[in-house]
Formats: sequence, structure tokens, C-alpha cells
Amino acid sequence: MKTWLPPYLLNGPALLIFVVMLVVPMVMTLILSFNSFDFYGGIQEDYGWHNYLEVVKDSYFHEIFARTYGIAIAVTLICIIIGAPEAYILSRMSKTWRSLCLLAILGPLLISVIVRTLGWALLIGNNGVINEVLLGVGIIETPLKMMFTTGGIVVALVHVLVPFMVLSVWTTLQKLDPQVESAALSLGASHFTTLRRVVLPQVMPGVLAGSLIVFALTASAFATPSILGGRRLKVVATTAYDEYLNTLNWPLGAAIAVILLIANVVVVMSYNRYVERKYAAVFD
Amino acid sequence: MRRYDKNGPLAMGFNLIFLVFILAPLVVVCLVAFTDKGYLSLPRDGLSLRWFVAILDHPEFIDAFWYSIYLAIGSATLAVMLAVPAAIATARYRFPGRGLVMAFFMSPLMVPHVVLGVAFLSYLSRLGWAGTYLGLVACHIILIMPYALRLVLASVTGMDRSAEAAARSLGATRWVTFRRVTVPLILPGVTGGWVLAFITSFDELTMTIFIASPSSTTLPVRMYQHITETIDPLIASVSAVIIFITMVMMIILDRIFGLDKLLVGK
Repeated sequence: MKTWLPPYLLNGPALLIFVVMLVVPMVMTLILSFNSFDFYGGIQEDYGWHNYLEVVKDSYFHEIFARTYGIAIAVTLICIIIGAPEAYILSRMSKTWRSLCLLAILGPLLISVIVRTLGWALLIGNNGVINEVLLGVGIIETPLKMMFTTGGIVVALVHVLVPFMVLSVWTTLQKLDPQVESAALSLGASHFTTLRRVVLPQVMPGVLAGSLIVFALTASAFATPSILGGRRLKVVATTAYDEYLNTLNWPLGAAIAVILLIANVVVVMSYNRYVERKYAAVFD
Repeated sequence: MRRYDKNGPLAMGFNLIFLVFILAPLVVVCLVAFTDKGYLSLPRDGLSLRWFVAILDHPEFIDAFWYSIYLAIGSATLAVMLAVPAAIATARYRFPGRGLVMAFFMSPLMVPHVVLGVAFLSYLSRLGWAGTYLGLVACHIILIMPYALRLVLASVTGMDRSAEAAARSLGATRWVTFRRVTVPLILPGVTGGWVLAFITSFDELTMTIFIASPSSTTLPVRMYQHITETIDPLIASVSAVIIFITMVMMIILDRIFGLDKLLVGK
């Protein structure tokens, strides 16, 4: 047997199914996105940019894309602001407490998004727990409207995705030498200065990696915006779903999906390039 | 408690609020599931199991649960069977395109699930496989392969190869060496990969909702359909059961592997 052959034979089965089940469907979706759609005749066998032009020109789609990426930016920022400090606090806990807290924070990642979103629907609904408590105590007269608002979607998505941020920063913190921090403190730096000048620069790669995951997952989130946003507050993923399964305009849905994919890949790639250039010295 | 804890009261307070934020929605789901009322409410006048009993009158949830289990077992098992040889190839051979092949297997992580759903729906319906068990398994394999491969690869890369060399020099055939030496050594990583793949497949909604048919509905899809129509204590009790099952699995996983290691994949 030739020496170069075994690795290809070992990879063969997985490569085969990836080509058949990933490459071919993706290419077919790309082709489909250039077809046009007729309400009576269905999908037409012609090719053109009209679906993309429709998305680019129509203010209906502008609003959806703006909302999606607005939510993604807000969720990412909040996750940084609350997730990074939480990871730092975890790293300074005693071992027993830390493993308990880690279990509580990372555990929900294994519970279906639909269950966690349902929890938020029960909390923030008009007859939900928060309104029930506030009305009962007498702080408010009429129920607060939190369901079907962008704010509600943002809070629930932060809840769904902040474990990734904690995890990412936590992994970076574990590689840190705690003595560097002690050195800064013993040399007379205040706690705040030590945090800002010593700890923060070292955990930045973790914060950036976490932001990337959170941003990409928020931009393509489906279940949470769909349940908490209702019919009116559409995002890109729910729009593609509606085009496919309600309007049945598959070519337009395919075009929206292709745009979402390209936008995600571009953000991830340029972010990686930026991080690599900025932290080349750290990684070497 | 030993004084290893270096956090001040402010940090402890922050940690507490953070934990409340993380756990509140899950706790609320469990509380509402025990309500004695016929509508959404906290159980104020006493706990009741009536909504758990009500699940038994809704076979559509039970059928969907079993379908999800079969789907997750099928796709996780096949994904691991594909991942083991791929991991061995990547860990032990230097060949042209090695990095590219790895990136290819990891690429589903970068594709939004809604895009996969869109792509799989048109593809499967053209093949006539839409809504079939095999079709769903094939799509789930793509989705969970990165999770399975990452853990399997870590265990193959980290394993000590001298035991294999010893077996070979003592006259064991390649196959016997693989089965009696290699497999036991990489088994923890393979099991971890399988479990993570299983959970990912079981929880998946966004992609599956495109390709599921009424006869092949998974539990998350069934729950989504229910929630878009009505939110009642029934869906809370179904969710509470899921939370309970997941928690039991999680504690077992944490004991065996360490949850942070499993999720980071190192």
C-alpha cells in the first residue's frame, strides 16, 4: 500500500458524506437563490440577481437586517460587560464554590434553547411572573409590556449566550500566571490598576473569541426572536423561515440565507484577521 | 470553607445576581409546571402534579420525545464512527490538505443553522427524502460532526502510543491491536464526543424544523409548534421534565469529564 493512501482512506467516509450532504446542498441553495418565483407557476428555471436586488432595495428587508445586527451588537456588548467580570470572579473563588457556580452557568448550555426561551416567556409575559409580582406588591398599576419587544429578545439572548463568553474568558484566565497579578499588587499598583493594566490585556483574546461566538450565534438566532418577538419583530432567520414555510418563495428565502451566511463568514474572517494581527506577539 | 476565596463583598454580590439571572428562567419553568391552576400561574395554593399527569394524555409529546431519542442515538453513533478514523488520520499522518480537511469537518460550526435548514429542505425534497428518518440522520450527522470530532481528536492526539507498539511487537495483528489497545485508550474521548453529539442533536430546533414532517417531529420542534399556538402549564411541565433529565446527565458528565473540559473540548 502506498504511504500517502491511508489518511485519505481513513478520512474517506466522512469526506464522502460531507460532500454529499453539505457541499451539494449548499451549492444547490446558491443556485436556487438566482431562480425566480411565480405565485402560480412556482420556482422558475431562470437565473438573475432579482432576489438579491429585492433584499437590497426593499426597506422592509433593511429594517429586518438592521434589527438583527442591532440586536447582535447589543447582546455581544452586554455579554462582555457581565460575562468577563463573572469569569474573573469565578477564577478567584475557592475550588468547591467555583465548580458549583461553573455547573450552574455552563449547565444551561446543554438545555434546549426552546426551554430557556419558554422560561423568559413565562417571566416577561403580560401575565408573567415579573408582572404578577410587581402588580401584587403594588409598584405598578398596569402590566409592563416586555413580551414582543426588542428589549425582551435582547435579555433572553444574553441569557442564552453569556455562558459562551464566561467559558471563553475563563479558559484564557486559566492560562494566566497568578504571580504576575501578585507582582503588580506588591509593587504598589492598586486593585483597579492591576485589573486594567495587567489582567485585562491578558484576557482580551478570550473576550474577543467569546464576542465572536456570541455575535455570530445572535445574528443567526431563530427560536428566541421567533417566540419572544412574535410575528411583527422579524429577524433574518425568522424571515428566511417565513419565506420558506409560509410564503413558499424558496428562491427569495435561499437568497436571504446566502446573505446571512456570507455576512457571518465575512465578520468571522475579518475579526480573526484583526485579532491575529493585534495579538500575533501573544500567540507566538 | 477555606479562605481561598479572594472576592470582596461587591464581587460576591455580582456573582449572586449573575447566578439568579442564569437560573431564574429555569426555576420559573419548574415552578409553573407544579401549578394547581388551569392557567399559567405560580403554585400559590399548593403544589400539584396535574400538569405532569396531563403529559400522558398528549401522546404527541411522548412520540416526539422517543423520535428525538432515536434520531440522536442514530446520528451520534454514525458521527462518532466517521470521526474516529478521521481523527486517527489527522493525528497520525502528515498528508497534503490535512489542515483543509479538518477545517472542512469543522465548517458546519460557522454555518447558521437556519442556512443549513434551508439547504437541507430543498435538497431532501428533491431526493424525496424529506421527513424520513434517514434524511434527518444524515443532516444531523453534518451538524454534530464538529462536536464529536473535536473530543475524539483530543483523545487520539493525547494517547500514549507505546502500548500499541508493545502489542505489535508481542505479535498482535493490526486489528487486534486496534480493538484491544487503541479503542480502550481513546474510549473516554469517544464517549464524551458521543454524549456531546447526542445532546446537540437532541436539542436542535432551527435546522430540524425545516426538514421535519408530521410523522418525523422531534421534541423541540413539537414544543415550538405548541408554543407558537399557546403557552400553557402543559408546555412548562414538558420543559421541566427535560430540565430534570438534562440535569441528571449533566451531573454524571461533570463527574466523569468535568463540564468545562467537555464544552471547551480540551
